[in-house]
Amino acid sequence: MTIVQKTDTTIRVEDKLFQNRYQVDPGRPHITVKPHDKPSPALLALTRICPAKCYEETETGQVEITSDGCMECGTCRVLCEASGEIEWNYPRGGFGVLFKFG
Amino acid sequence: MIDEKFDAIVVGAGMSGNAAAYTLAKRGLKVLQLERGETAGSKNVQGAIMYAAMLEQIIPDFREDAPLERHIVEQRFWMMDDTSHTGMHYRSDDFNTDRPNRYTIIRAAFDKWFSRKVREAGATVLTETTVTELVYDIRGKVIGVKTDRRGGQVHADVVVLAEGVNGLLGTRAGFRQMPKPEMVALAVKEMHFLPQEVIESRFNLKGDEGCVVEAAGTFSRGMTGLAFLYTNKECVSVGLGCLVSDFARTMESPYELLESFKQHPSIRPLIAGSEVKEYAAHLIPEGGFKAIPQLYGDGWVVVGDAAQLNNAVHREGSNLAMTSGRLAAEAIFQVKSRKDPMIADNLKLYKKMLDDSFVVKDLKKYKDMPNLLHTNAQNFFLTYPQLVSKAAKTFVHVDGTPKIDKEKETSRSFIKARSRLGLIGDAVRLAMAWR
Repeated sequence: MTIVQKTDTTIRVEDKLFQNRYQVDPGRPHITVKPHDKPSPALLALTRICPAKCYEETETGQVEITSDGCMECGTCRVLCEASGEIEWNYPRGGFGVLFKFG
Repeated sequence: MIDEKFDAIVVGAGMSGNAAAYTLAKRGLKVLQLERGETAGSKNVQGAIMYAAMLEQIIPDFREDAPLERHIVEQRFWMMDDTSHTGMHYRSDDFNTDRPNRYTIIRAAFDKWFSRKVREAGATVLTETTVTELVYDIRGKVIGVKTDRRGGQVHADVVVLAEGVNGLLGTRAGFRQMPKPEMVALAVKEMHFLPQEVIESRFNLKGDEGCVVEAAGTFSRGMTGLAFLYTNKECVSVGLGCLVSDFARTMESPYELLESFKQHPSIRPLIAGSEVKEYAAHLIPEGGFKAIPQLYGDGWVVVGDAAQLNNAVHREGSNLAMTSGRLAAEAIFQVKSRKDPMIADNLKLYKKMLDDSFVVKDLKKYKDMPNLLHTNAQNFFLTYPQLVSKAAKTFVHVDGTPKIDKEKETSRSFIKARSRLGLIGDAVRLAMAWR
């Protein structure tokens, strides 16, 4: 039997998030990105370091968020709330991620 | 929402909030606890290891019905390079007692149990309720909270902020600063399910025995970070965390890091064939003693992760959280018993009690550790693990090279990587921060 070592670095975080339980609050995202021309280094870093990959860079170089898969860790808040680049609130009670195990 | 006034409102149903609400209710106070999750625990994430002594002080007979996974009989510390690990293991049959010292737990189940105890003690627990802001009187004393429920204002003599590391209320009220990126680690974790007997044979366990692996090394790619494997009954928690400031600097992806850790030849066989049922992320307070904020004020106290009460060196958090919640509750009870107002001058008793406890004493002991590890991350988390691995390999690899030459080669490799002065400096700095 040959053992193939997997070196695939293009891990699909969607496959991981698929295992999780969410109660999405349609039309009421709890995080928003302020409109901008050029993202700061911290905001741009979120496209890599957000553990749910909620942040993505658009073709024109701006950073946008889809918060449906958010695990509410607060990393983006720590990095980008003070500068006003993002606005961060908790989802309404009962909404958002609902950890089965935690 | 609720017209009646409470003695205390506890915001959050994690370890510190549950400890506070339970203790307050047991002392006969009228308690309202508010939790934004569907149930207590549905927003909470932990490794998770729970220390018995601190829970015993709150619920002495917790072992009768608490959902505990395994009691830990073996601790493994690993220093890893890309293909090997150098380990220090401690395993003892002495941990197989009637009252084991620590257990693995699964927070969702554990927090539900704890919350049931809080209700049984007489507190009112409202879930699916997000507290949106604090309510003040004209003198600036906190007198209650607003929630996202209809007409959701409710009053109390004191508010216990047990809102977690990412708590919004206290930071927005200006009671404490938002954690700086170098004061928090981002941890990601997966739950790997395996048959019970597979876990037991892979980790050399029987019955409810458990094993803990904690590791530092090249997998964090020079960032200040730690990885772990905790055995539960029918699953293994696998995760790692690194400082948010390091993530922001390196732009490493946390799930790619976790994925490559799982592929490490020392880790992969332990979780082979498992079914992953959850992927979680959470922040961990890492600032230590110097990051502890103002702990009390007029009408409020702050406990647990929200107050940065986490011992990163010993990887202890929930026991500090539980103890701070209990002590805050004891202090509030004493102020209440004297019929004194819940103002800062009286609630400072909580800080005094916390200062006198292991919580602040331990954090004080390691007050210089975060700075040392955070500013020398490259050395402690990349260079040294590689050097140690190489030294161990040289030691055990027999190829006819005289032992004296091997020793010289090892010491040369250390000096080359860090210089004589660098090695001495690292040793001195580590010893100073540890003492």
